Amino acid sequence: MRMQIKNTRKKDIPFLKKQAKLVRVEILKMLTIAGSGHTGGSLSAADIVTALYFSKMRHKPDEPGWRERDRFVLSKGHAAPLLYAVLAMAGYFDISALKTLRKLGSPLQGHPCSRVLPGVEISTGSLGQGLSVSNGMAIGMKMDNIWSRVYCLLGDGEIQEGQVWEAAMTAAHYKLDNICAIVDLNGLQIDGPVSKVKAIEPVASKWAAFGWNVIDIDGHDMKEILDALDKAETVKGKPSVILAHTIKGKGVSFFEGKVEYHGRAPTPEELEKALKEMEVHG
Amino acid sequence: MGKKIQDTVLKRSAMATRDAYGEALLELGQKRKDIVVLDADLSGSTKTGKFAKAFPDRFCNIGIAEQDMIGTAAGLALSGKLPFASTFAVFETGRAWEQVRQTICYSNLNVKLVATHGGISVGEDGASHQATEDIALMRVLPNMTVIVPADALETTQVIYAIADYCGPVYVRLGRSKVPPVMPDDYKFRMGKAFTFATGRDVNIVAIGIMVSVALEAAKILAQEGIDAGVINMSTVKPLDTKTLLNVAKTCKLIVTAEEHSIVGGLGGAVSEFLSENHPVRLRRIGLKDAFGCSGAPEELMKHYGLTAKDIVKTIKETLNQ
Repeated sequence: MRMQIKNTRKKDIPFLKKQAKLVRVEILKMLTIAGSGHTGGSLSAADIVTALYFSKMRHKPDEPGWRERDRFVLSKGHAAPLLYAVLAMAGYFDISALKTLRKLGSPLQGHPCSRVLPGVEISTGSLGQGLSVSNGMAIGMKMDNIWSRVYCLLGDGEIQEGQVWEAAMTAAHYKLDNICAIVDLNGLQIDGPVSKVKAIEPVASKWAAFGWNVIDIDGHDMKEILDALDKAETVKGKPSVILAHTIKGKGVSFFEGKVEYHGRAPTPEELEKALKEMEVHG
Repeated sequence: MGKKIQDTVLKRSAMATRDAYGEALLELGQKRKDIVVLDADLSGSTKTGKFAKAFPDRFCNIGIAEQDMIGTAAGLALSGKLPFASTFAVFETGRAWEQVRQTICYSNLNVKLVATHGGISVGEDGASHQATEDIALMRVLPNMTVIVPADALETTQVIYAIADYCGPVYVRLGRSKVPPVMPDDYKFRMGKAFTFATGRDVNIVAIGIMVSVALEAAKILAQEGIDAGVINMSTVKPLDTKTLLNVAKTCKLIVTAEEHSIVGGLGGAVSEFLSENHPVRLRRIGLKDAFGCSGAPEELMKHYGLTAKDIVKTIKETLNQ
């Protein structure tokens, strides 16, 4: 059964909040069944990606190759469960596939693989590469006068990768105003707080210095997310970056801000506790 | 090989394969509007500058950022373009290896990586700019095709052929002029080796600049009563195993010749196949687990034992053992 996309293109905030919660539930469930995977960074970006797929982006789940679609590149590929939950709920594939995450033969690889799963624009997982690919897509679209947009989600630890800044320079040089990067600033990476592992601040002035329009938001406030995405679209002649301040593990109190849930799946007991807390049953 | 063929071939002038690439790309760019060319600040040397001048709207200079160039090429392919990304082989395959692996090959994207300055014939710039591991690095990647043309004529045909093929391709070109070797009526086919002649004593399987060196070696050997054949294995991956097996079955010795490390390149590919399918005496001519160095290209060929005389010596020593 394929679900119909509910792309309202409207700022239906109560609906999007509900969707984001369902996305989080699917993330937790599939990770628990898989027994491994990245919980924290999937939950931290759940509101942003929900806003993109269920409101902002123009896309056709029954026609993943539609030329004029907006593209989403998950540069922080370890948040694959988030992408899978959203794609399934949008109707790209049957939601029952989510329980095959990380299993042999499943198109739901540990990190997204575009060859095997419709809706995944490019294989990611090795950090720092998504923005370059987004640039290429954006340049190609401009060459063909296709006025779609490319959204690229990066992690905050990820921007320690040098290639991100090579790509940042390229996007500004080619005036790629059809690109909107979003940095999920959840403050934690595998080895600990980003500020302790290798500080990235001042993030806003770094992007600004590279020629980007910078928008700073609370990455869990649905209205701020939608407004920022709209605002980014109005800025011409330069790419935009949304710096989304988020909480790692957002949505489950006992995962929030805990670095150990970066690369760990919930146990069945933790899932039960989480669902109870989220007032979801089953 | 027929004398007649060689005579007409020699009427063509020596030309660097990178120059042939620049011409072919320019020509192809007129026919194929989907071609987009990327370079990393070396368009003058890789000869993509010609395309850039003719089609500025379809050329992206990514600056000195090879990893970013590979990613950008991937994105262009995903937008339905046919990207050709060029820089020096050592940077294209080394600096950006993991980008080629993750973004191009794993996703199986239609990106053409055409690198110049392969091998020690780069000359004076020295080891930092001489790719001697690139074939090994590209050959190990699933979905990748690896091609090393022998002369200008073959290069032109390779560029046309890969434009019509869907999937990742790595083409290794050289900086220095190479003499014409392929017959005037030669037609390149991906995955098909060209046999100049088969030898009853030895067959030299060569690529790139070493094809002309191998032909010269075969002439010397003929004068000394040793029947030597020469095969241009321009597609290193997928290897033309049929041709290889046929010649291996009818001679005493196989010699591989490449301007690359003897580890992992053509010598590696041929050894892997023959040792499993038809063990035969085999010698690999190439860089013996060493880096290149500065010097004139012809001096370096001597220094690293890549001349016709070196091939002859290896063959005679082996056959006499």
